[in-house]
Amino acid sequence: MKRTGAQAVWESLVREGVDTAFGISGGAVIHLYHALPDYPIHHVLMRHEQGAAHAADGYARATGKVGVCVATSGPGATNLVTGLATAYMDSSPVVAITGQVATPVIGTDAFQEVDITGITLPITKHNYLVTDVEELPLVMKEAFYIARSGRPGPVLVDIAKDVQAAEFDYDYPDEVRLPGYRLPAGDISAQLEAAAEMIESAERPLIVAGHGVVLGAAEDSLLRLVEQTQIPVVTTLLGISAIPETHPLCLGMAGMHGEAYANLALAEADLLIALGSRFDDRLTGPVDGFGAQAKVIHVDIDTVEINKNVLTDLAVVGDLRDVLPQLISAVDERNRDEWLARIRLWREESAQRDIVGQETDELVPQFVMRQIWHATRGEVIMVSDVGQNQMWEAQYFVHHRRRGLLSSGGLGTMGFALPAAIGAQLGLPEQQVWVTAGDGGFQMNIQELATVVQEKLPVKIAIMNNGYLGMVRQWQQLFFEGRYSGTPLLGPDFAKVAEAYGIPGITIREKAQVDAAILQAVETEGPVLIDFRIVQEENVYPMVAPGRPVNEMIRRPMPTGKR
Amino acid sequence: MEKHTLIALMEDKPGVLNRVSGLFRRRNYNIESLSVGHSETGGISRMTIVVNGDERIVEQVVKQLDKLVNVTDVIDVSHRDSVFRELALIKVNAGPGKRSEIIELTSVFRARVVDVGATSLTVEITGPESRVNSLIGLLEPYGIEELARTGRVAMVRSGNGNGSSRGIDF
Repeated sequence: MKRTGAQAVWESLVREGVDTAFGISGGAVIHLYHALPDYPIHHVLMRHEQGAAHAADGYARATGKVGVCVATSGPGATNLVTGLATAYMDSSPVVAITGQVATPVIGTDAFQEVDITGITLPITKHNYLVTDVEELPLVMKEAFYIARSGRPGPVLVDIAKDVQAAEFDYDYPDEVRLPGYRLPAGDISAQLEAAAEMIESAERPLIVAGHGVVLGAAEDSLLRLVEQTQIPVVTTLLGISAIPETHPLCLGMAGMHGEAYANLALAEADLLIALGSRFDDRLTGPVDGFGAQAKVIHVDIDTVEINKNVLTDLAVVGDLRDVLPQLISAVDERNRDEWLARIRLWREESAQRDIVGQETDELVPQFVMRQIWHATRGEVIMVSDVGQNQMWEAQYFVHHRRRGLLSSGGLGTMGFALPAAIGAQLGLPEQQVWVTAGDGGFQMNIQELATVVQEKLPVKIAIMNNGYLGMVRQWQQLFFEGRYSGTPLLGPDFAKVAEAYGIPGITIREKAQVDAAILQAVETEGPVLIDFRIVQEENVYPMVAPGRPVNEMIRRPMPTGKR
Repeated sequence: MEKHTLIALMEDKPGVLNRVSGLFRRRNYNIESLSVGHSETGGISRMTIVVNGDERIVEQVVKQLDKLVNVTDVIDVSHRDSVFRELALIKVNAGPGKRSEIIELTSVFRARVVDVGATSLTVEITGPESRVNSLIGLLEPYGIEELARTGRVAMVRSGNGNGSSRGIDF
């Protein structure tokens, strides 16, 4: 079949099952866009390429399929960088397609030329520069294979403009040939037997569930393992939704802003079973004091993660999809009442400090998050931004839905939520998608409100507006002498901004108005933006101070008087 | 900190060297030398890397290298019976009065004079780094004008002959 390079790109995408792509046109992708209308692919025109990368990432996280973004050469390509780095840190399968200047002028500093394969080398799982149209089909095949297999990640394909225009005989390969790319395939039965023994002899075991459980679609197996062994579970931020947070054995998120009882469990455990977690520093604190009393079993699909941050007593390299069912059949049932009773006491103590149980007329963000959960019964996809709002969402929305929270964990990218929610909503049109963001992060990709409207997406947006870059302000208050340098933030009237885009906007200043506004958003068919003017200097508690072990937390004080 | 010698085989494609060197910088690995050229297989390059670090760091280097899609095999040969060699070209000050002295030194080290100029000699030496270092030390008093070293290349010894063709169980 005679095809142009541009046609070959779209045809390959269709063969890979792609029906949605997020992008922005430009000079070096003009051939691609010229060919696009002939293919059954819905192209979502974003307002900034960073938004395109986050949208592809959000689409991938919500659906488990590969997300695709497209950008032109030069500034189009460099604008993808933050989005690709975000996807790379969180192991999200994304294929980015960029245009490159024509092969005869590569290297001459041509108009809108940039070495995007060089730039994205450390933030992609792999990347390609295509200068020969004959290579294009195999490159596309490999790009998708690499992006979605093993530990997923972003792959960038940079295609010279003349390659897009060139005609050739298109033939899509059935197989890839990647001699240096191996997936874990070893026999792990011996390790699993050893793991089962360690688990059975442990008095205070604790599972640390990470993103790998979600990526490996191993949620059912995790639940079975937990119920069979009565081992409590803490999650990482990205491990949220690996197990329903409504489950009595789920202690929620641990780490710098984890639940106090989750962190105490981490510190007191005599066995940590890490499932698909890379022991990020926001989970562990200083690694030399982490899990001081515990032996460590580390199960991960990526052998590089073994012994990278935390030294392991037993390593199992494999996909949790395959490993967990085998582990379940290897371990016996066991009663852990004593350990669970201790955790229950910690839990009760935490409940007394909880601000949501306290009588206050102030508009606190924790209350807003909790009420969003109540109003939606948790049956929605939450897409959180980064900062205090992200932690409040993680703490006060009770996640029980599969892939129910999308958030930038590793890179901590402010501005992630709105474009990622666009991707999630397009991937799952029947689901209600909520954005929770701060006033700082929301302004970083606020332009994507136009995409929401153009695509008629019913995304609900809740802004926790405190007039600060709040997480940094909190650090300044606690550790930098209260000097609020570079953190007070002037924002627009977000409701009016929303109205200007054609989205209903609501401003909430009183606690008593919160429920009605959330209900209005839930019941409105289209998008709604709510600007919650929250207490300005509210902090995220508990907090593990930087450099301190996870069980030394700054807690909210116990309320005086009755609860 | 220990010195480790790694051998990596990789696809001979544009940008692969960049991927490897970029990895070292990004992961903050301390690389002492790196030498690359063709291997016995067409389309596959062979790189010898000398890296400083404890066992845990080196384990990470090996696994990170192996994770690169274009890298097909990596092996740590530090504890294997291996041949290590380096080549150096040394241009040393040598007026007519010093030439015979230098040539004599050179022959003791089984090095060769490969170029003779009016005021300098260029010496080529191949051997373990220790021998190369010794010769350089002895030539320094004469004044070294230029020095080019290749970095270490390594090959595991075949032992009693029942090893694989390249002496490594990749």
